[in-house]
Amino acid sequence: MPHIYIAVSIVLGALVLLGIRWMSSPKTAVRGNRLSALSMLAAVVLVLWYQDIINLPLLWMAIALGSLIGYIMAVRATMLQMPQMVALFNGLGGGASLLVALIEILENYAGMPLFNQVASQLALIIGGVTLSGSIIAALKLDRRIAQQPVILKGHSILANTTIALALALAITTFFTGIPMAVLLSVAIVLLALLYGVLFAIRIGGADMPITISLLNSFSGLAGAICGFTIEEPLLIAVGAIVGASGLILTQIMCQAMNRSLAHVFSGSIAQYKADPDETDPKSEAVTEETAVEVKEEETFEQILKNAQKVIVIPGYGLALAQAQEKVKELLDFWEAQGVEVKFAIHPVAGRMPGHMNVLLAEVDVPYDKLCEMDQINPEFAETDLAVVIGACDVVNPAANTVEGTPIYGMPVLNVEEARHVFIYNLDLNPGYSGVENPLYKMKHVRLCLGDAKETLGQLLKELTRIFE
Amino acid sequence: MKPLFLLAIFVIAALLGYRVIKEVPSLLHTPLMSGTNAISGVTILGSLVSTALAGSSGSRFLGFIAVVLASINLVGGFVVTDRMLKMFRQ
Repeated sequence: MPHIYIAVSIVLGALVLLGIRWMSSPKTAVRGNRLSALSMLAAVVLVLWYQDIINLPLLWMAIALGSLIGYIMAVRATMLQMPQMVALFNGLGGGASLLVALIEILENYAGMPLFNQVASQLALIIGGVTLSGSIIAALKLDRRIAQQPVILKGHSILANTTIALALALAITTFFTGIPMAVLLSVAIVLLALLYGVLFAIRIGGADMPITISLLNSFSGLAGAICGFTIEEPLLIAVGAIVGASGLILTQIMCQAMNRSLAHVFSGSIAQYKADPDETDPKSEAVTEETAVEVKEEETFEQILKNAQKVIVIPGYGLALAQAQEKVKELLDFWEAQGVEVKFAIHPVAGRMPGHMNVLLAEVDVPYDKLCEMDQINPEFAETDLAVVIGACDVVNPAANTVEGTPIYGMPVLNVEEARHVFIYNLDLNPGYSGVENPLYKMKHVRLCLGDAKETLGQLLKELTRIFE
Repeated sequence: MKPLFLLAIFVIAALLGYRVIKEVPSLLHTPLMSGTNAISGVTILGSLVSTALAGSSGSRFLGFIAVVLASINLVGGFVVTDRMLKMFRQ
């Protein structure tokens, strides 16, 4: 490997890092992403030139076809679909790594040093798991298959056996001849794909932010290991960066949900059932609702009239109701009246890290209004009105008080500290955790149930009437 | 010697990446993820070389698919990230 090639690789790797660095501020992020993209393009040209394969039509056809498909998918996707989009792209990257390793094995497994053999087998396994796991995750996120964890009989044993068998076969290939090693490698691919399915299918919808962060890390890792197989330093470097990025996001998501990876993988959250002795939330729904309508009319007006500081807490339910536009209208209305409005964004509000920020940015909510949890939590005590829209678990005070529930210890937004709380949720059912929300019964909390698009529309009408 | 050199690259890149990415605020975590995801399409480098150097037509066919998948990942990922980032306004 000539020095010039290594030198250019290092420069390109550094440019990719710089691009990511620019992603740390919304002001420079667009530039950062484009720099990364250009570095990648340069890397492709560099490799084609260096390997003297730049005039192979087959390669250009494949690049053109893939680019066209990728472009069409990217411009068609809505912001709500972003998680499944990212999951799918992840899987394709993993699939590409798997195929490269497979080709290397088919072409010259016998001629490879042991180090490269080990790397190629690992690339098969991690690439395969990433491919099938990501596809299942994407299907779940797209609601094409059930959101609930699917747990088969003996699921853990089956999954563990599958992956152990794949590893055992991989080790066997180091000691067998060529036709056998190739056959075993194909079997390893199938086992890895099966493991990916088993692994992803038992993860519930609410744990998806963690899952796709982890798969993101895997896809980088698969690329890096693939780089070891073919001794391509740039592939190793960039794969390692992506692997680290996915790992950080996975950590952040686990902390934000107070879940360990082991919990996520076992699909354990589905097992929790609320205590049957507790009052049925549905019967209470009726009384609470009528209470708001009948006796509180006047106070409701006063609250809205006197509110000087409002914090909006959006949850995934807001996105499902497609009520972001209404939220923006509310923001505009309040700001026109001189009311201070902020948004409190829980790290897992949405289906992937930071998803809610994108959904609100799409309807032109300025990003300096979007506040992180730690930053906004002290402000609730001095807030006149907190408006919860389509969120439950992330505002559940039980996370701080009720031991033994799945969300105990999970950091939540301290909504209950606000002077008044309005909740615009679809129903009174508990969130994904299955834990009842004591907020619903508090005196300073008003519930408005139904489709957020409609209920927020009513709120807007009320506001216009009151302020006229 | 070579494996050690390659492993060193892996470790250094991972550490540098970890430091840089830690600085990205949660506001931008979705574009960060789709952006790094696009970068993971870097396997296209491996796909291109393997495909070009493959001896059998079977390998070349697999390689063709690998290049297509990696290109979708790269182009799709960057375009989607660009779309998202352009929406963030003050």
